[in-house]
Amino acid sequence: MTATKAAVAADPAALPVADPATPVARAVVTGIGVAAPNGLGTRTWWQSVLGGESGIGPITLFDASGYPARLAGEVPGFDAAAHLPGRLLPQTDRMTRLALYAAAEAFSDAGIDPRTLPEHTAGVVTASSTGGFEFGQRELQALWSQGSEYVSVYQSFAWFYAVNTGQISIRHQLRGPGGVVVSDDTGGIDAVVQARRQLRRGTRLVLTGGVDSALCPWGWTARLAEGTLSTDDRPTAAYRPFAADACGYVAGEGGALLVLEDAVAARDRGATAYGAVSGCATAFDPDPADGDGLARAAEGALRDAGITADQVDAVFADAFGTPEADRAEAAVLRELFGPYGVLVTAPKTMTGRLSAGGAALDLAAALCAVREGVVPPTVHTVAAPAHTLDLVRDKPLRTPLRHVLVLARGRGGFNAAAVVSAVGPAPRSAR
Amino acid sequence: MNRRVVITGMGVVAPGGTGVKEFWSLISAGRTATRSISLFDASAFRSRIAAECDFVPEDHGFTPEEARRLDRAVQFALVATDEALRSSGPAGALDPSRTGVTLGSAVGCTIGLDREYAHVSRSGRDWTVDHTRAVPWLYDYFVPSSMAAEVARRAGARGPVSLVSTGCTSGLDSVGHAAEVIREGSADVMVAGATEAPISPITVACFDAIRATSSYNDDPESASRPFDRTRNGFVLGEGAAVFVLEELDHARRRGAHAYAEIAGFASRCNSFHMTGLRPDGREMAEAITQALRMAGAEPADVDYVNAHGSGTRQNDRHETAAFKLSLAAHAYETPVSSIKSMIGHSLGAIGALEIAASALAIENDLIPPTANLHHADPELDLDYTPLVARPQRVDTVLSVGSGFGGFQSAMVLTAPGKDMP
Repeated sequence: MTATKAAVAADPAALPVADPATPVARAVVTGIGVAAPNGLGTRTWWQSVLGGESGIGPITLFDASGYPARLAGEVPGFDAAAHLPGRLLPQTDRMTRLALYAAAEAFSDAGIDPRTLPEHTAGVVTASSTGGFEFGQRELQALWSQGSEYVSVYQSFAWFYAVNTGQISIRHQLRGPGGVVVSDDTGGIDAVVQARRQLRRGTRLVLTGGVDSALCPWGWTARLAEGTLSTDDRPTAAYRPFAADACGYVAGEGGALLVLEDAVAARDRGATAYGAVSGCATAFDPDPADGDGLARAAEGALRDAGITADQVDAVFADAFGTPEADRAEAAVLRELFGPYGVLVTAPKTMTGRLSAGGAALDLAAALCAVREGVVPPTVHTVAAPAHTLDLVRDKPLRTPLRHVLVLARGRGGFNAAAVVSAVGPAPRSAR
Repeated sequence: MNRRVVITGMGVVAPGGTGVKEFWSLISAGRTATRSISLFDASAFRSRIAAECDFVPEDHGFTPEEARRLDRAVQFALVATDEALRSSGPAGALDPSRTGVTLGSAVGCTIGLDREYAHVSRSGRDWTVDHTRAVPWLYDYFVPSSMAAEVARRAGARGPVSLVSTGCTSGLDSVGHAAEVIREGSADVMVAGATEAPISPITVACFDAIRATSSYNDDPESASRPFDRTRNGFVLGEGAAVFVLEELDHARRRGAHAYAEIAGFASRCNSFHMTGLRPDGREMAEAITQALRMAGAEPADVDYVNAHGSGTRQNDRHETAAFKLSLAAHAYETPVSSIKSMIGHSLGAIGALEIAASALAIENDLIPPTANLHHADPELDLDYTPLVARPQRVDTVLSVGSGFGGFQSAMVLTAPGKDMP
């Protein structure tokens, strides 16, 4: 660059930059849509969660009898044709159908039709881990067994990772910013990080979260190769994070989508919020087996929320389910809160791990929890004493909650944390 | 609290050559790197042309094991990352916890998935595929955040890391998001860019199915014809571009050279169709307007528009409409060009390669041309810089992209201030 060039810099004052020192309690959640293994629909799912009802069972979506792992969390009774226009069926994978269901429910729950908002003020940011993988398997089979001319005209977008954001934006006319993030099981929080960023830049509302599904032989084979799927055949024991004999995770499908709104705008339209996403942070461990990323993410989220560890009333753990990963998470919790220093729960023991949908569903659970003042239970496991965890087991625990911390980890070194905070004194009636 | 973001390092793997220098040499000369597909036997496909990289993994230090395990797209990204880090100065200057990564990719490890699927399914014969035939690293192909993780390990990054996958705007969005991460204070340095290696049977087949790609199979060198009356689709490409983005004061303190400032960025969804474009270009225009506003720039400040210019009939009309809507009369006075005419359309990577071209246009005061533009299209009446590069002062560049899913993104790059080396 020659030194003679004039600076063409922006007027810094005009840049819409948020001051990171200011806690962003401005992002509130006014609507939740859920497709989970223990309930389709927010209300059904939340009742199951409080009742300790698990959605883990033998795989029915494909023949898993020949594979060493045969349990999963499948979304029960999902009839796509009952929820979606017929023209969308041939062009969508099950993952996208579940996401479209959750998106519609989230807007209905929030009591807002984004079409009524000024143009370009509503956006959508979703996380995805695998795209429409079953659709992809079918088209790969057509290609390899029959030939390229048998590949679907929808393959170019039904498989790729951006499909949920694209289809949701079209269906609900979300013409503001769109985003798609892939970060394995931390995706549900990463999407919210991006969504909050869009709110700070002036977007009025962002639908965010994640819904994943890859319950097909090809997807299952990829999971088996990774080596941490539980091969236990007992639905009530296969996924037992923090147990002394933890033996891996059970995979599931589904997730949650959240209507994230600017708090002032939400109040002005008379909406009631479940709670606020008041802090988020992510951190990476170049060596996933030896890193402080989860601790740094947790501390970053607390800092972002403007609170300290002693203000956290409960933690939704990542609860990976292998001895090493459980030990590492328990150590982070001990360091932050002290031994038995905070209530810990893992409602994902009722659903299995849902890829990007998992952290999104944990955020949904945390939002329902702070609204109602109840910590949902962890099922099917007993924490090993060495972990020094105050694990809320089997029955929900009623207690006022101001702030809860949600943790997530993804394979390869990804870590994320979010603080969900109660808003206002008036609790919303359960629905 | 006004944090600004500059590009202080750049690395490129592109058709026609590896490295920033080779890349600029190709596109500033108006040469094309499109050819008949050699990466697999494409004889049964409708479109049999692509812009391929001459890339031998062993030449870039990959062991045979790495060459087999790491998807081609990851290898591209790592080579580009190495060059970017080298060009930005000593890596020791970066604080790992204040350094993050965003990598863009539309289709992830598609070559790896395509190849391994054929293996475990016995060429598509078995629906219940044989898991015992799977490679141990298959999960890394399954969930492509592994690609960002590889780059983060190479860069030693411990800050925010993620993969951005917004179809063909992934490259622009990845760099745009990285700039936001720095602006908001979550990192001081971001290694950001995008990679794609989509030249595999499944990707070629899916674009064949919707006739999005060019069928000029007998004329591969001039098959990519953005803005030309005879254009008949895009030519698939591959490659990667990775940048070191840095907070301005951070870069100043260590005396880093700045190629350009990321002054503005915005994205919108057209909410119209998964593969179609709204004819009036409304959302792209809105993204452009917002990106300019963020940069504090007026339409008249734009010296060069680095277009999406894919060469589909629909895109080039859509984009022309968007430029007129957002830049008004200035649209007619501003040179526009598409480097896809030379290096094809590498899906998620192309936005990052176009940012590289934009930054190099600023650095060299030269506008790369649109190759193969011989026949004016009466519907397209802007200045598309045909065939020959144009020496001209370039201080402000607008780079735009469109993606399947309805993504529309715009970035404004400006010449760094006088106080930068």
